Amino acid sequence: MANRIINWIDHRFPLTSFVKHELTGYPTPRNLSYLWNFGFLAGIVLMLQVLTGLFLAMHYKPDAAIAFDSIQHIMRDVNYGWLLRFMHSTGASAFFLVIYIHMARTLYYGSYRAPRELMWWTGQGLLLLLMATAFMGYLLPWGQMSFWGATVITNLFRATPFIGDQVVVWLRGDYSVGDDTLTRFFALHYLFPFLIIGAVVIHLVALHTVRSSNPSGIDLADKDNIPFHPYYTSKDFFGLGVFLIAYFIVVFFFPHSMLEPANNIPANPLITPDHIVPEWYFLPFYAILRSVPNMVGGVVAMGLSVMIFAFMPFLDRSRIPGGGRYRPVYRMLFFIFMLDILVLGYVGFVPPTSQTIAIGQVATIYYFGSFALLPFISKAEDNWLFKRGLPPKILALIASEEKEKTKRRQR
Amino acid sequence: MAEYEELDDTGRRDFLLKVTSVVGGAGAAAASLPFIASMNPSAELLAKANTEVDLSGIPEGGMHTVAWQGKPVFILHRTPEEIKAMKATNGGLQPEQDSDRVKKPQWLVVIGVCTHMGCVPNKEGPGWTCHCHGSQYDDSGRVIRGPAPNNLEVPPYRFIAENKIMIGQA
Repeated sequence: MANRIINWIDHRFPLTSFVKHELTGYPTPRNLSYLWNFGFLAGIVLMLQVLTGLFLAMHYKPDAAIAFDSIQHIMRDVNYGWLLRFMHSTGASAFFLVIYIHMARTLYYGSYRAPRELMWWTGQGLLLLLMATAFMGYLLPWGQMSFWGATVITNLFRATPFIGDQVVVWLRGDYSVGDDTLTRFFALHYLFPFLIIGAVVIHLVALHTVRSSNPSGIDLADKDNIPFHPYYTSKDFFGLGVFLIAYFIVVFFFPHSMLEPANNIPANPLITPDHIVPEWYFLPFYAILRSVPNMVGGVVAMGLSVMIFAFMPFLDRSRIPGGGRYRPVYRMLFFIFMLDILVLGYVGFVPPTSQTIAIGQVATIYYFGSFALLPFISKAEDNWLFKRGLPPKILALIASEEKEKTKRRQR
Repeated sequence: MAEYEELDDTGRRDFLLKVTSVVGGAGAAAASLPFIASMNPSAELLAKANTEVDLSGIPEGGMHTVAWQGKPVFILHRTPEEIKAMKATNGGLQPEQDSDRVKKPQWLVVIGVCTHMGCVPNKEGPGWTCHCHGSQYDDSGRVIRGPAPNNLEVPPYRFIAENKIMIGQA
């Protein structure tokens, strides 16, 4: 009976072949480490956020007069409302953590390089959508941090040439962040996850065209691929188990670690909290904004600090495939860059003093400098490594990859 | 019935395609205007755009904060010493005479929104300090330390009585 139903469907829709080609039989490099789990994890966190968000929206009121109270209502009166909210607020941080690890892996192993540029760029678009969604969602509790965070960020659009002030008023629907701003942010916060899902579909179609990268950075021959199921389904689900343990430890035992105390005070347009800090996942970019003494310059620098990753496929000019595995200089650059981001995060977190501003400016210059110098460094490293002679194992791998490629082209 | 040569005239077809695209694009742009306009402040908000303030309750040296268009407006009752100190300088990053920023020297009326990122500066000693990013303003609301690029904005207002101002109408 089941077979007959599947046959009936297969005549009308490519169900079996789709499952076989794209899920169970999908060829995956056999040498993937656990760092390749994070794309799958990001998908799971997205589903968690959509699900908890849907149920939160059944109780939340996007009206400036009652929004703050409706959150208290969810926390105290709604059955398991506290769980839904803490899962959602912790999920936002988990989403960024997973995505940042996913991006760091891509950078370290050079996975952004040809032919995976579109993966990297759709991923960049996904990051922007995620940032916008998180930013708008943060206004909804209508606490002091919500309000002033939204005020500062919408104010960034004053840097728009000529019509800056009008753009800010248009975005807010009011002369300052107010009821209209809250209601539209709620509407958009509900819409954006669907845009994210759409972009994820594009990301995955691109992935299934170019296939997964792997730690060596070399596209593997068919013999080195294994079917996704059961090998990577089991590996992904094991990783999911570890992730869920960590996630629920925060949800159950430290749910407030990701929330600002000042956000338990209802929004007050006439008093700014002494120290405005964005959520941890925006801190490095915020530090870059503060490091530039000029307002427009700061906004441009902050925008660029996010978008500059898109240039990576053009900036990396090495002939050696992949990233850090076979390239010691690139590896060192990567780790210093990660350290630089941590320094920026710290600078963004502490109140501005002349000392932290100076540290932030040095870190900002290093941040952009490492992108600007990458073409020259990668070229120099490439020349040095070839002159020194690559290990025969890598040369053999590159050669066998070339052979595979020509064979594929002839077919 | 069209002639064969006419059917073969691709120039004519291209022209029609271009005109249709332009007209269609213009139509789509026009249709998007109501949607964009709907996001601007509503008539209800615009109707509440003026605020009347009675100044008689503010002691000399004291400051009141009132809401105008949802934004804080600082009203500072300046002492003669403060007025003298402010007249002596032109401010810092955006030089401006104190007399250009007040209608009556003892009353300073400025929008209490930092021109950098929109935080509300705190009154600290002489002038204001913004806690978000460390900008400083003097007792005329002029910026004396960045990152704020401009002086605190003076809203349009006028005296409607000896001790009463209407903010929102110049």
